[in-house]
Amino acid sequence: MNPEPLLSVRDLSVRFGLKGQDTFTAVDEVSFEINPGQHLAIVGESGSGKSVTALAIMGLLPQRGVKVSGEVRYRGTELLGKSRREMSRLRGREIAMVFQDPMTSLNPVITVGKQLSEVLRRHFGISESEALERGVELLNRVGIPDAGRRIREYPHQMSGGMRQRVLIAIGLACEPKLLIADEPTTALDVTIQAQVLEVLKELVADTDAALLMITHDLGVVAGMCEDVRVMYSGRIVESAHRDQLFAEPRHPYTGGLLESIPRLDSPRGARLTPIPGSPTQTIPWSQGCAFAPRCSRRVEACTESAPVLEHTGDRDLRCFHPLGAEATTTAGAAAPTTTDTPEATS
Amino acid sequence: MTSSLPPAGPSSTALLTPDDEPGVGLWRAAARRLRRNPTAIVGALIVLSFVVIALIAPLLTPYQPGSAEWSGQVTPTSVPGPSDEHLLGLDRFGSDLFTQLVYGARQSLVYGVVATAIGLSFGAALGILAGGSVAVGGRVGAWIDNVVMRVVDIMLSVPSLLLAVSIAAVLGQNSYAIMIAIGAAQVPIFARLLRGSMLAQGRSDYVLAAEALGIRRRKIVMSHVLPNSIGPTVVQATLNLATAIIEVAALSFLGLGQPDPAVAEWGRMLVAAQDRFEAAPQLALLPGAAIAITALGFTLFGEALREALDPRSRR
Repeated sequence: MNPEPLLSVRDLSVRFGLKGQDTFTAVDEVSFEINPGQHLAIVGESGSGKSVTALAIMGLLPQRGVKVSGEVRYRGTELLGKSRREMSRLRGREIAMVFQDPMTSLNPVITVGKQLSEVLRRHFGISESEALERGVELLNRVGIPDAGRRIREYPHQMSGGMRQRVLIAIGLACEPKLLIADEPTTALDVTIQAQVLEVLKELVADTDAALLMITHDLGVVAGMCEDVRVMYSGRIVESAHRDQLFAEPRHPYTGGLLESIPRLDSPRGARLTPIPGSPTQTIPWSQGCAFAPRCSRRVEACTESAPVLEHTGDRDLRCFHPLGAEATTTAGAAAPTTTDTPEATS
Repeated sequence: MTSSLPPAGPSSTALLTPDDEPGVGLWRAAARRLRRNPTAIVGALIVLSFVVIALIAPLLTPYQPGSAEWSGQVTPTSVPGPSDEHLLGLDRFGSDLFTQLVYGARQSLVYGVVATAIGLSFGAALGILAGGSVAVGGRVGAWIDNVVMRVVDIMLSVPSLLLAVSIAAVLGQNSYAIMIAIGAAQVPIFARLLRGSMLAQGRSDYVLAAEALGIRRRKIVMSHVLPNSIGPTVVQATLNLATAIIEVAALSFLGLGQPDPAVAEWGRMLVAAQDRFEAAPQLALLPGAAIAITALGFTLFGEALREALDPRSRR
């Protein structure tokens, strides 16, 4: 184990709702760690709380109507509760973020060069011309041809793939130690996705940055991240190394995610198996497993109390009746715990 | 290295519209769209001829405005109509009507532009102050926004013409009073518009992205939010020129305008025409038409500009 993780998130909870009103818990006691240079993926479908987790780490959630609790430590110092000034010094320099939609994440009335040089000037205090020079270099590195000319263009003159490359260049401009990529390829078509991921992978490797990849696409995970946290309805339900997770998913939700992606080795014409229902069909964790209403392996215990995240074998798992439980009869289907609060992972 | 990666694929061309050739900024693309829009062309032609007439007024007519040289020819029952010396005849004081109209354009242009400029600068300043404070955030920001916007609300609750009349009454009857009065009535419009679009832009993704890069809040407001918010304000300024010209005429009509009879003014021409309407309807119709056409020109151009700047109307 590494003595000091780069980022350590412990019992992070995010609740939405104004005072005196019903609150909605988007992120529920999520814990994970990222070591320097490690690539970690948080996987889940829309509404699982993965993007909110990222925004909470960055301190970018609105201040009104949002309650964030728990710990977010970056190199040992607590980030939650840091002043805005302190956070803005950290953002872009130490922790950077690449957003989902390249169409709207760039300012439409300013040239990409300006937006690129802005972050360099902010954190390095260099001159505009020097920043632009570095900007051209960066655009070259993300594979934008004719960077010297392209840098003077406006975002609307570029394609989606190009813009996402620009965003990656901007995100990694100051060589941050940690890059959070929030669904960086969702808005792009599949061939462009592959190219952009390749660029992201190379640049992250070049700069030795750690990567927190937020995605719903396990295909993206397979190519980029060693470790995976699967989130459902605000909680981590399975946490494992990529190889183990892909070889033998234990949580029925993880299994469902894997079955819903097309595989090269499946017979031609075979149908994909979707996860039935939608994320809105859920029960609060206080009443049982949030995935239970959609789960084909539901047992009685699932709707009586919430499973806790337990370390079993090679992974952490939150399930009463995991996949493969019949064969090995592990502690997975053991007696339900009476406590509603899960233990933190360590 | 990365150079081996293929350049971003065919979608790069698919996304480009004919307006979006490389090297074209948003404003220049808007100008191109304007040139293809017949409404914009008609509006621009009206505005242009109005401006040209105002500028070269002395070349268009040999006479001076408000000279009353031929007052002997005007009787209570008849005002001389068009003749060889007087293209459109005389007005009821015995000045050349064409000269009055042409010089009147000058007054309307100066008053309209100055009044709108006053309204725009003060309104924009208040709007930036309020919108910027909100965007920078914190309790102080919200407080500043509240104070500024309540003042603006009070201004807005007074009907603009009434506000202008009161200001003109306080400042006395001179040309500055009119400009200030009409400008003041426009302040709340610009303030609210700019604040509103700044708030809307403040919630956009690129602002969040800039924040995630550690760009300072103040810098984000000035170099990201503001440039994206001024479009509607520019459009509103064009439209307000039309309103200002009408209001100048209205104030003059109410007797609060330019007191010097040697200065031709469309609104006052209308007043003077009232009691001769049966004998010489052209005295009222011509300045009235001049006001209407000019206002129409600015309105058409403003609407076309709005369309051209609106990304949703792009094809």
